[in-house]
Amino acid sequence: MEQHAEILIGRSWRQRVPSWRDAVATLLVLAVIIVLGSGARQMLSPFVMTRQPAISLSPAVLPAYALRTTMRMLAALVASLLFTFIYATPAAKSRRAEIVLIPLLDVLQSVPVLGYLSFTVVFFVSLFRGTWLGPELAAIFAIFTAQAWNMAFSFYQSLIAIPIDLEEASRSFRFSGWQRFWRLEVPFAMPGLVWNMMMSMSGGWFFVVASEAISVGNIQIALPGIGSYVALAIQQRDLAAVGWAIVAMTITIIIYDQLLFRPLVVWAEKFRFEQTAAQVVPRSWVLNLFRGAGALRILGEPIGQALQSASRARLALPRKPRWLTFGLSRHLADAAWYSFLFAALVYVGWKLVELAAPILSWDDVTIATSNGLLTLLRVVILIALATIVWVPIGVAVGLRPKLAEKVQPVAQFLAAFPANLLYPVAVFLIVKFALAPKIWLSPLMILGTQWYILFNVIAGASAFPSDFREAAASFRIRGWRWWRQVMLPGIFPYYVTGAITASGGAWNASIVSEAVSWGPAKLNGSGLGSYIAQMTDAGDYPRIALGVAVMSVFVIAMNRLLWRPLYAFAQRRARLD
Amino acid sequence: MKNSFIIEMRKVGKAFAKATGEPLPALSDITLSLREGEILGLLGRSGSGKSTLLRVAAGLIAPTSGEVLYRGKPLDGPTEGIAVVFQSFALFPWLTVLENVEAGLDAVGLAHDEARRRAMSAIDLIGLDGFQSAYPRELSGGMRQRVGFARAIVIQPILLLMDEPFSALDVLTAETLRTDFLDLWIEHQLPTKSVLLVTHNIEEAVMMCDRILVLASNPGRIAAEIPVSLPHPRNRLDNEFHGIVDEFYSILTARATASIGAQSQIHGGFLQPLPPVQISLLIGFIEVLAAPPYDGYAELARLSGGLALGARDFFPIAEALHLLEFAELKDGAIKLTAAGRVFAQSATDERKRLFNEHLVQFVPLAAHIRHVLNDREGHLAPRVRFESELEDHLNPSDAEKTLRAVIGWGRYAELFTYDDESRTFKLNAADLHKSG
Repeated sequence: MEQHAEILIGRSWRQRVPSWRDAVATLLVLAVIIVLGSGARQMLSPFVMTRQPAISLSPAVLPAYALRTTMRMLAALVASLLFTFIYATPAAKSRRAEIVLIPLLDVLQSVPVLGYLSFTVVFFVSLFRGTWLGPELAAIFAIFTAQAWNMAFSFYQSLIAIPIDLEEASRSFRFSGWQRFWRLEVPFAMPGLVWNMMMSMSGGWFFVVASEAISVGNIQIALPGIGSYVALAIQQRDLAAVGWAIVAMTITIIIYDQLLFRPLVVWAEKFRFEQTAAQVVPRSWVLNLFRGAGALRILGEPIGQALQSASRARLALPRKPRWLTFGLSRHLADAAWYSFLFAALVYVGWKLVELAAPILSWDDVTIATSNGLLTLLRVVILIALATIVWVPIGVAVGLRPKLAEKVQPVAQFLAAFPANLLYPVAVFLIVKFALAPKIWLSPLMILGTQWYILFNVIAGASAFPSDFREAAASFRIRGWRWWRQVMLPGIFPYYVTGAITASGGAWNASIVSEAVSWGPAKLNGSGLGSYIAQMTDAGDYPRIALGVAVMSVFVIAMNRLLWRPLYAFAQRRARLD
Repeated sequence: MKNSFIIEMRKVGKAFAKATGEPLPALSDITLSLREGEILGLLGRSGSGKSTLLRVAAGLIAPTSGEVLYRGKPLDGPTEGIAVVFQSFALFPWLTVLENVEAGLDAVGLAHDEARRRAMSAIDLIGLDGFQSAYPRELSGGMRQRVGFARAIVIQPILLLMDEPFSALDVLTAETLRTDFLDLWIEHQLPTKSVLLVTHNIEEAVMMCDRILVLASNPGRIAAEIPVSLPHPRNRLDNEFHGIVDEFYSILTARATASIGAQSQIHGGFLQPLPPVQISLLIGFIEVLAAPPYDGYAELARLSGGLALGARDFFPIAEALHLLEFAELKDGAIKLTAAGRVFAQSATDERKRLFNEHLVQFVPLAAHIRHVLNDREGHLAPRVRFESELEDHLNPSDAEKTLRAVIGWGRYAELFTYDDESRTFKLNAADLHKSG
């Protein structure tokens, strides 16, 4: 009976003899473990701000720096995942928690990531005096904020969309809460979660590079990593070093994509809820490697079994005692909750005003707001330009499957590549040709984020049903009519998704792109990003907070007044089902 | 004395809260009991609350009034010994067949080996041997439902609850599965002691059940109880079988016509819930009925077989035609009225005119909408105006279906038009000149 069962588990014949696949897979696993271990050891070594080891600009150190940078990304990813599970689950299960948690998430998503950095650096460094853990955690926290809110929101949306029959089946099996979470909720949310994780990590490279060289007032910390490498290169006007950094980053992203992104996406295919096979089956050589490595799987089985039993453990919590509801009617309890929330909000608001009033004046608010309007103007113009350029190209590519197959990974890579590594090149050129910073620094914002529009439009055009195209062709719809009536409505939801991401990314990027330096020369493009950057340099915390708050207000306003209605419109009118 | 009732419901009622906070009764005053060794059928239309009733029996929903006793003790949530088979299979897509079947045993807390052994034997029993490592997306509908059965059987349930288990399958597969299940039941190969089957298919109920309860709608309550004492295996072609099936059709048509009649007395009939049947189905049905071999008259049991339409699908059509007085439902048969015959023979324009007349005369809601549009300036009326009127007396799902029906019929009759984007009813210049 045992043997019978063993042969049937898994879809391929079991390897009886270890093969080359086992060797390669084992090497990979060992390499990753060693690398993680050494990185962890370095993180816990002692740290004194005034005596930090110098960042070297030699290309030979780049692999080690790239490793440190990647480790921060992974640490942030793990933290984001934990946060997602802890935050989104109560939001989905409790109506009252939802009322607070989801709008809060909305606000947190709109705060620029680098805005958090100035404050968290102080917090973490003082918390972990003496080891590098403090500054590392500050950088990791910055990346965490770039990922966690998106992931939590995606998990929350999956949780509230669980099909009712699966839910009823789980309840009729009397799953405990813990079992239900691991057997139903997480697997169902897995595809969305994995996709979101990968998208967030894509965006995360930008922030890890920006947050490794921390400079807030007189706190100057350079965490070993590609970001600090580039920061030093900018200071010393070493363009070649910047070039090396770009090469190293490219290789790093490709490796992480092959070793982590693709295998995870392919593995997550098995959780897809739609009962038909996917149109395009993603492939991963790493996953195939591991699937073929029979001997390694036998070794790993005890771990697998242990995890499975852990997820199956009952861990039943005692049922909520009846008296807890106090016999209050729903409406009364709701009213009490709302009044408590309102009171808390008023108190917090009043305290903030109290803190800010002596230091800030209305002048400051005006300056920040007018700067914000300038940045808003830039974002709008740049998104429009990017749309005009990339939508036709994206459609042209997307309608040709073979071409799309080749271009799509490139577009995704470009979206992931941290554009701030390219800024020094642009700045060098601006300084060399003495161009006006206010105009020529603007495109930097969209440099990294325009690719989101491209690859979303490619995805939309690829998914465009072929019978619509054929119908349009047979009725000889051409030219502008074809665009207006056939193609643009078809890709509209995808475009809006891409544009939302691009615009959010542009706001975030403005903090590092509107005020840049090349050696001793400082270029100021004015705008809200430049305002925040200058206040950060000066260590003026109240004004940093003001700038960040104003930017958040702008982003929230743009979301609610432009992107949400557009998205709702896209859902209603332009859906193809 | 040991109580030999597996499950007992006493005056069970379930009400859901409407948006306004008032209760909307879904079930009222249900009293039933299920003994060992019997298959009890719950037969009813959509909206009769039979799925709700099944979930109350499963412990998934708590009743708002009355009590539910499982083996003599009050039921307080899903318990050991009750298993459910779902209409949509409810399999976890990320687990293989074997893992899905084992999932039912998680809560029982068996040792891994024992769980595996039981799962394999359940899979064997239900005929899925060889498919243990397949994922649900690789299986056909019939196989997936077999997995659903295996998953229910593996916990060795005393009470098996089945919620329209065969209605998502094609006719042949459903028949195979039904006979396989009955074979296992008759030979006592299932550990189950009693079964509660919810269905809308009359033949299926008569084929499988020992006792059938007919449920009425709005609110759901037990309208009739008919024992079926034919010996197993039952043959569809038997006269006795036909007789019982015909009896059910009679009961259901009598109920349908009575309900239509009753509703038309309330509030001038505005709030008559309308069956959301498309015009094309109504026209097609009239044409089929008018043509040979029926020539304007057919018994519902024969018609259902001839059209390969289930009772769920053609009962609404028949009711709609009865309402519009293009046909008459009586004693388990349907007969075209004179207007229906004329309709069958006319060309499109004449049909529309006739339909327009009947719609205004026999569906007060349509006439009401037309009057409101006539009176208003600009001949515009928002949907919510009529929606809120309906939702005061019907549950939201029925209200939505009624509106959908009247919009479809009104558009065909060119009585008014409707713009889904702005959600308003309108009168075109062209419509103004038509009757109304």
